[in-house]
Amino acid sequence: MTVEPSDFSAAKDCVSCGLCLPHCPTYREYPVEMASPRGRIELMKGLAEGELQPGPALEEHLSLCLGCRACETACPSDVRFGHLLENARAVLKDAGASGWTSSALRRLFLNQVFPRPAVLSALASSLRFYQTSMLRRWVQSLLRLMPGPVERLEALMPDFTAPWSAPPPELPAHGPERGVAAFLTGCVMPHCTGEANDATLEVLRHHGYRVLTPKDQRCCGALHLHSGYQEEARQLARANVSAFEATGADVVVTSSAGCGAALKEYGDLLSRDPEWAERSRAVESRVRDVHQVLAETDPPPPMGRIALRAVYDDPCHLLHGQGVSLEPRQLLRAVPGLELVEAKEPDWCCGSAGIYTVTHTEMSLRVLDRKMEDLLSLEPDIILTANPGCLLQLRLGVARSGSDVPVHHVMELLARASRGPDLTGPDELRRHGLTGERTR
Amino acid sequence: MSPTVDPAVRSEIAGVVGARYVFDRDEEKRAYSYDASLIRARPDLVCVPGSAEEVAAVVRVAHRHRVPFVARGAGTGIAGGSIPIEGGIVIALTRLNRILEVNIPDRYAVVEPGVVNLDLTRRVENEGYCYRPDPSSQKVCTIGGNVASNAGGPHCLAYGVTSNHILGMEVVLPDGSITEIGAPHLEPGGYDLTGLFTGSEGTLGIATKIICRLSRSSEAVRTMLASYDRMEDAAAAVEAIIAAGVIPAALEMMDREIIRAVEAAVGAGYPVDAEAVLLIEIEGPRDGLNESSDVIKSLCLDQGAREFRTAQSEEERQKLWKGRKGALGAVARIKPMYYLHDGVVPRTRLLWVMKKIAATAAQHRLTIVNVFHAGDGNLHPFILFDPADADEVRRVHLAGEEILRACVECGGTLSGEHGIGIEKNEMMGWIFSEQDLETMRRVRSAIDPAGVANPKKVLPSGARCGELSRSPGSAPAGAWI
Ligand code: SF4
Ligand code: SF4
Repeated sequence: MTVEPSDFSAAKDCVSCGLCLPHCPTYREYPVEMASPRGRIELMKGLAEGELQPGPALEEHLSLCLGCRACETACPSDVRFGHLLENARAVLKDAGASGWTSSALRRLFLNQVFPRPAVLSALASSLRFYQTSMLRRWVQSLLRLMPGPVERLEALMPDFTAPWSAPPPELPAHGPERGVAAFLTGCVMPHCTGEANDATLEVLRHHGYRVLTPKDQRCCGALHLHSGYQEEARQLARANVSAFEATGADVVVTSSAGCGAALKEYGDLLSRDPEWAERSRAVESRVRDVHQVLAETDPPPPMGRIALRAVYDDPCHLLHGQGVSLEPRQLLRAVPGLELVEAKEPDWCCGSAGIYTVTHTEMSLRVLDRKMEDLLSLEPDIILTANPGCLLQLRLGVARSGSDVPVHHVMELLARASRGPDLTGPDELRRHGLTGERTR
Repeated sequence: MSPTVDPAVRSEIAGVVGARYVFDRDEEKRAYSYDASLIRARPDLVCVPGSAEEVAAVVRVAHRHRVPFVARGAGTGIAGGSIPIEGGIVIALTRLNRILEVNIPDRYAVVEPGVVNLDLTRRVENEGYCYRPDPSSQKVCTIGGNVASNAGGPHCLAYGVTSNHILGMEVVLPDGSITEIGAPHLEPGGYDLTGLFTGSEGTLGIATKIICRLSRSSEAVRTMLASYDRMEDAAAAVEAIIAAGVIPAALEMMDREIIRAVEAAVGAGYPVDAEAVLLIEIEGPRDGLNESSDVIKSLCLDQGAREFRTAQSEEERQKLWKGRKGALGAVARIKPMYYLHDGVVPRTRLLWVMKKIAATAAQHRLTIVNVFHAGDGNLHPFILFDPADADEVRRVHLAGEEILRACVECGGTLSGEHGIGIEKNEMMGWIFSEQDLETMRRVRSAIDPAGVANPKKVLPSGARCGELSRSPGSAPAGAWI
């Protein structure tokens, strides 16, 4: 299924008012029109009209986009930028107009690694063994090829030292059952931020959910979609639609914002596939971010005290991609003792954006540094977010800033609060972390 | 392939600003071919200098080679002022975005032209100050662009347009020399060149430093919304408020269609079944505020307001304004494109001109929606159309001209705040005599004898360019867009 000019019809909603410009991180850091949402839409119009051809210029300007979709939230005319960008990248990919990042690293990860749990798992365990040797050197030499500051880039390497194994297919609710949730684990999260997944399961159960984790679920396809690999994304979507419809669960839940945003667009993705269109819409309609599900629990279950000053950083794919920003804050404010402070620019991207950190290191780090300045100026005891990519990126940011503020998923904090005992303050956090004893 | 500049010009400019900030691929020219108007034209080269010296050096190159140049800020203009209608070089000033000096005791700030309007207020608001002009695009538009177009905004009813808030500037003249005009202190004597340059739309040079007046923020502000079932009643309320001598800081009117579009876009809390709403803001010392708002309330109710509401919190107030300020983008929900004018009429002719607009819309089978600065009679009729419909585009053009003619006929003028640009320059003869225009031409050619600074703008050229029928750009009629 190739991209057609009609796939760019959303571009005509753009009236070139420019109101999106100040919300765009790449434009703010590099104030030229081609690095702005309006400029990118103009380029995509040119592509759709056939006036502009796929080639280095389009590749350069469109690949610099973070895909954060902050422009969508800002746009009074409701231009569906994310959708346009996916189509444009598919056109560029099909035309083979790709820089080295796409042709080498990107293809390796997208085709060989993310869609295959076994390969990803093998890669993760080999990373565990070789983190200080061969593979790390290979990555470092790749990184050295890239422009811009490369110092401390090895901090990009997530910590693969804690292996995570998939949970049993079914886990009962703690206490009386309020509902049944099918859990999407995400394909990256299990291997580098497994604690967040464990915590999600624990919190869901604490809130009265029986949790089903279908074994045959696959990568959600978000990264493929963002890189123009639409067919691959559709294959993954079909696999997930059948895995999740088979569970019969009330809700399909994920604690990875990027995955959630992708799942919530399965209906669109498969809309031209007669066999799957309806099924994918049915599954899509049940997809919720974990914060949405938990925030509806009435009455909320009891929470232990956590005496910390925390700041929550909105993942773009939750704030702009799913319009979810109040729920995480509501859940955090309900934790006794927790002081929630607000950043000056909570809607500023952290620069993670999937594999952007690796493909556009310089821009990624500039966007990140601005984020860290804002967050660290609040002197938080802990930084919380809700997406694995952001989690890793913010940890890199903390390290780059020479700070040691811990960064965790909101679910980890909520799991700790639901588990008790009280967390008495930053000292205790520093000594023992959040995890405590794992329960499953 | 679009034309290119002489390679020598390109390399000289690259030598000034660095290769990274020179663009001339087709993609890049296209990205600098538009602003928020409908007029489009491609430059031959784009450069983004990083300092005033670089701007001057680029202008010297352009002048020496007699290549036209156009300065550009955020590209939010609605009269095509920054469109390179003659090709040549676009000099984007977006990197010149530093606030160079803030002097609270003497109440001024020195900024570079690419500083975003709202960023200046944000910088000084904690100290109780602000920069008054507040165009609806103030989150995006640059102060340099505001100076060029002598921009207004909802609050110019009480505080005046940009020229009332600019004390001086450093200007790169069309030959590349740098001069300073005005001063942080009022009235330096001599010719009022600051007044001349403000609103000159880049035809006399490029401001590289701007001295802005800072004003004390009002102690308190109150924002009210009055809804009407009849447009006539809303217009009568505007007249009554002004006649009573209460000058609100802002007095905005929106009609039914725009209310609906805005509600769908941002959910500002306007009643979607009203024919018109008035958004009224008063400012001042806390003490007098209750009295003024009571007067306004009773005047609005006297004229038949079906609902009168006062924002109870800053959040609610921001929401009401978000609706007004997002109107420009929100209209695209009704039809893909709009043609926006900003003609001015005497306040007493508001209702007359509203009826005239409605009649024009009916006659040309067009949808025209209205949002305007009612307090100072500054209209903003959006004529909506689909660029794919060539006949509709033609009718849009006729309707636009008729509306402006009506404004001029009843004693008003062509533009309240958006500028003349390339959109209305041929209509200047409606309000100025040939002698008036000749005086302006002489001023212009005294400062830019080579005619390289934003040619074909502001003053009539004889031949009409940038026709609306061509302007929706490169898409052939009937194409997908
Ligand atoms: S805010 Fe929306 S309509 Fe305006 S320029 Fe940006 S994308 Fe286009
Ligand atoms: S998705 Fe983000 S980076 Fe891309 S244009 Fe929109 S705001 Fe800018």
